Amino acid sequence: MDPVNIVEGRVSDLPRDDVDTDQIIPARFMKRVERTGFGEYLFHDAKQAPDWNVEIGNPILTAGANFGSGSSREHAPWALEDAGFRCIIATSLADIFYSNSTKIGLLPVELPEDQVRKIAAAGEAKVDLEAQTVTAGGDVFPFEINPDTKYRLLNGLDDIGLTLRQVEMVAQFEERQDAAGVRKPSSLDLPPEPIATTPVG
Amino acid sequence: MPKTLFDKIWESHEVADNLIYIDLHMVHEVTSPQAFDGLRLAGRPVRRPDKTLATADHNVPTDGTPVASRIKDALSRTQVETLERNCAEFGVPVFSLGSDRQGIVHVVGPEQGLTQPGMTIVCGDSHTATHGAFGSLAFGIGTSEVEHVLATQCLVQKKPKSMRINFVGDLPFGVTAKDMILGAIGQMGVDGAVGHAVEFAGPAIEALSMEGRMTICNMTIEGGGRAGMIAPDQTTFDYVQGKPAAPTGEAWDAAVAAWSELYTDEGATFDREIDVDVTTLSPRVTWGTTPDMVVGVDGAVPTVDAAEDEAQRGQFQRALEYMGLEGGERIEDIKIDRVFLGSCTNGRLADLQAAADVIQGRKVADDVYAMVVPGSVQVKIEAEKLGLDKVFTQAGFDWRGAGCSMCLGMNPDVLQPGERCASTSNRNFQGRQGKGGRTHLVSPQMAAAAAIAGHFVDIREWSAADVPSPEPAAV
Ligand code: SF4
Repeated sequence: MDPVNIVEGRVSDLPRDDVDTDQIIPARFMKRVERTGFGEYLFHDAKQAPDWNVEIGNPILTAGANFGSGSSREHAPWALEDAGFRCIIATSLADIFYSNSTKIGLLPVELPEDQVRKIAAAGEAKVDLEAQTVTAGGDVFPFEINPDTKYRLLNGLDDIGLTLRQVEMVAQFEERQDAAGVRKPSSLDLPPEPIATTPVG
Repeated sequence: MPKTLFDKIWESHEVADNLIYIDLHMVHEVTSPQAFDGLRLAGRPVRRPDKTLATADHNVPTDGTPVASRIKDALSRTQVETLERNCAEFGVPVFSLGSDRQGIVHVVGPEQGLTQPGMTIVCGDSHTATHGAFGSLAFGIGTSEVEHVLATQCLVQKKPKSMRINFVGDLPFGVTAKDMILGAIGQMGVDGAVGHAVEFAGPAIEALSMEGRMTICNMTIEGGGRAGMIAPDQTTFDYVQGKPAAPTGEAWDAAVAAWSELYTDEGATFDREIDVDVTTLSPRVTWGTTPDMVVGVDGAVPTVDAAEDEAQRGQFQRALEYMGLEGGERIEDIKIDRVFLGSCTNGRLADLQAAADVIQGRKVADDVYAMVVPGSVQVKIEAEKLGLDKVFTQAGFDWRGAGCSMCLGMNPDVLQPGERCASTSNRNFQGRQGKGGRTHLVSPQMAAAAAIAGHFVDIREWSAADVPSPEPAAV
């Protein structure tokens, strides 16, 4: 993942609440086995509404409350990112969507509604992760972000690499759990599968 | 210090700050290919294939296609074949198309006895909360997190806040677990539990079967919750005992002793608590495009004037237009075109039984196409042993193979634009069951009755007046 710090440019606006991941990318477009190429399906069905006027191609998207609710599909942030968005500024973001976004370097920002509206009205904005501010139309709006998440985003760090540094602790935990006696079920205890699966290669 | 059930499980799985150990990782074909790809690129193995299980469910056809290579849709075939290949390469057990244990992840885990109290469980699917019905902590995660868990068996996770939803009073006749959770969501809104791990409690919960409890926990996410859980009790133990992966002999006794400690201590506090009065609940029907747009079957579609503010007014307006409904229309007057019985919310044996009780000896209305999609091949086999397939097919239902099917419309089972469906699934979002499709979420009994009548009917009156069996339908 690439480091994120400054996102600057034009703002697209989707001033609605509860834009769920099915609206961001309908399930029928999730059949690719790669991570890229989902951008062309972004808002595929939603954008057919007559009153739809969200510009695609800008780096910043503003939205209402509970953006990204619903399915845990990471295809939603992938589609947004693939379409060129680098930062989502919303009144609130659904939990899984928020964390999925940080995993791919799509910067999630939560601000009060009046501030989001001002940013949308300004049409252009500069988001500074280091300083935790959004500057738009002459105003500066500070935002909150978890320090660990911020560190990861600024450095473009992969979560897995970070955890694998703690692999000793994981191994110790597994030993303690085994020693405690109550054995957790193992999927390998189940009788093996008799069916012929597609051969490897 | 008194602790909540959630605290107990969380603390016993903390490897380090914000890093929790995962006891069971369920994997499916849609959210895993990119994760396996990531491992391959980085040259990383799956840390604990023995704590991982894959099934093909989201994208499988339900027409009896016997193996992945025969799936007609090229993209679906690629996903299922990719899953099989990835599992073979990384040593992960997989129940794929053609296996008699294939099915929806959240049905397969419990039925194989892999889902047990006190565990931490994750899956790249937001309805993983289902497993919380056993007193486990179960989260939906994204694909990057799937990769993380495959590589490390741990999840980076900030401890969510805790919340308890107390169901007050006894459940009235004809009202099911589905109505309880739809009632709770209607009361608190689709973001009512955002950021919280939710414990469901109260006498009505204790009285529920495991299937009912799974229905409740399943839809925690529709209320915004991160995880949903219910303290394990005798009902739980009885369900787990004898399942393929359940402990036996002395190990079983030790397990039950440990599980019996899994409850919220007297005096433990939650960040949030709400009460939901079940005594006033009637069977629920959603009318709009979010699960909190829900009313009783004895009620009417709200008018935009019922909205609390301008923003909600706009939402109501859009929802009514999309759903092709008029404010003020009586729910019982809404005619339906399709019925979908299935999903990880209501696709278990008890759900099919409850629906079968309602339709026994009746016929599906002329203009309605109704389908039953068992949650797993095991559910299908068990149902067929009981002759439920006959009850359904004689009534004119289509009896299908196992999978997610029309719950999300990735496979060919989709609604046509404008078609209206009574569905036992969990999401009524725009286009969820097919582009332009209109979904009304209901219990299996309500869906079954609607199939017969051709419109929504109040199952309470229907049962009393018409159903030959005097037994109240199981919940
Ligand atoms: S049945 Fe529906 S909600 Fe459940 S796992 Fe499948 S797609 Fe998701």
